[in-house]
Amino acid sequence: MTDYKMKAVEGTYHFDGEAATKGFHFNKMCYSFNSEENRQAFRDDAEAYMTKYKLTEEQKQAVRDHDINRMLELGGSIYYMAKFAGIFGWNMQVIGGMQSGRSTEEFIAYLESQGRGKTTNG
Amino acid sequence: MAKIIGGITTSHIPAIGVAMDKGLEETDYFKDLFAIYPPIRDWLTEEKPDIAVLFYNDHGLEMWLDKKPTFAIGAAPEYENADEGWGIKPIPPVTGETELSWHIVNHLIENDFDPTVCQDIKVDHGATVPLTLLWPNFTYQGIKVIPVSINCERHPMPKPSRSYAFGKAIGEAIRCWNKDQKVVVLGTGGLSHQLDGQRAGILNADFDNWCMDKMVTDPEAITQYSNVDLIEKGGAQMVEIAMWLAMRGCIEGPVEERLRNYVSPISNTAVGVQLLIPENEQG
Ligand SMILES: [Fe+2]
Repeated sequence: MTDYKMKAVEGTYHFDGEAATKGFHFNKMCYSFNSEENRQAFRDDAEAYMTKYKLTEEQKQAVRDHDINRMLELGGSIYYMAKFAGIFGWNMQVIGGMQSGRSTEEFIAYLESQGRGKTTNG
Repeated sequence: MAKIIGGITTSHIPAIGVAMDKGLEETDYFKDLFAIYPPIRDWLTEEKPDIAVLFYNDHGLEMWLDKKPTFAIGAAPEYENADEGWGIKPIPPVTGETELSWHIVNHLIENDFDPTVCQDIKVDHGATVPLTLLWPNFTYQGIKVIPVSINCERHPMPKPSRSYAFGKAIGEAIRCWNKDQKVVVLGTGGLSHQLDGQRAGILNADFDNWCMDKMVTDPEAITQYSNVDLIEKGGAQMVEIAMWLAMRGCIEGPVEERLRNYVSPISNTAVGVQLLIPENEQG
């Protein structure tokens, strides 16, 4: 049998079939946050909302802890998690810092250190 | 016959749409990025394409995990945008071009590509940010758009070589459409960035610039990489170069690189922009 397991990349959670299976309900909840009504329902009662969407206890705990890496480990997809983050007003630099163990300012500085100065206009 | 008059690569990151909403184009943070768009808009104003074939990836507005197409093509008279959950303002509907959509679909299936055909889909920032950038103040409503989406979220994703071949087949379809229409092809997304995990924030300017060089001279060189190679080099979302490859596949023969811009980072992303003109179509 061909083994289709993807090569591991450090610090990266490949969102593959296994992750998508594990994270389906969690991602379904995050997907529901496209609607303001659902975002409000989550703000009103996060526990009830998570139960309604059949999150596992581990997933619920990761949400309570705001532990983004743990959510990824438990099958979260960053595209849907961005909608979850939106509820808290966290942008990609805030989340980037949370995941890489940096403050938001440190994370922005890390981004800048790799890029600016290499601009080519023309 | 329809004619492909040019190809444009552009980022589609939400922060750019938000910056436009808030009028931040001239700020220090954004001005290098926005500098490239006026000359591209001038080119569009001069060349007046009738149709834009736009390669994008859906980020969880329409194509959610329950039924997620690997390749999908819009065949609707109109495409709506909607709330994506984190604050980008929805824009009025985008106009479609069903006759060419169906012609492309027929041609693709005849040539062994089998995309999902969508008669009613919402398009997300992957499509709307580029349209707003290229045709600001809602002038995108004057151009007919065919959105073509490629799965860049859940593995397995199409191989880069396959996205390129898919684009090639779409280019052939456009060129054999019996209508005197000018088409511009748009490849959106990229370049290096990683949103998720401990490795979030990685960028790779050298690889990005290599990719932009190869987009001009030898796009097949990029297709030697697997998706996981791309992730290693340019981060988890580097796979969005699939849309660039599909766009480039549409264009036959050598291209002239009329414009290029590379600004990194904007938000968490290295932003590459190119205007490519097919040499065969000039004159
Ligand atoms: Fe994207």
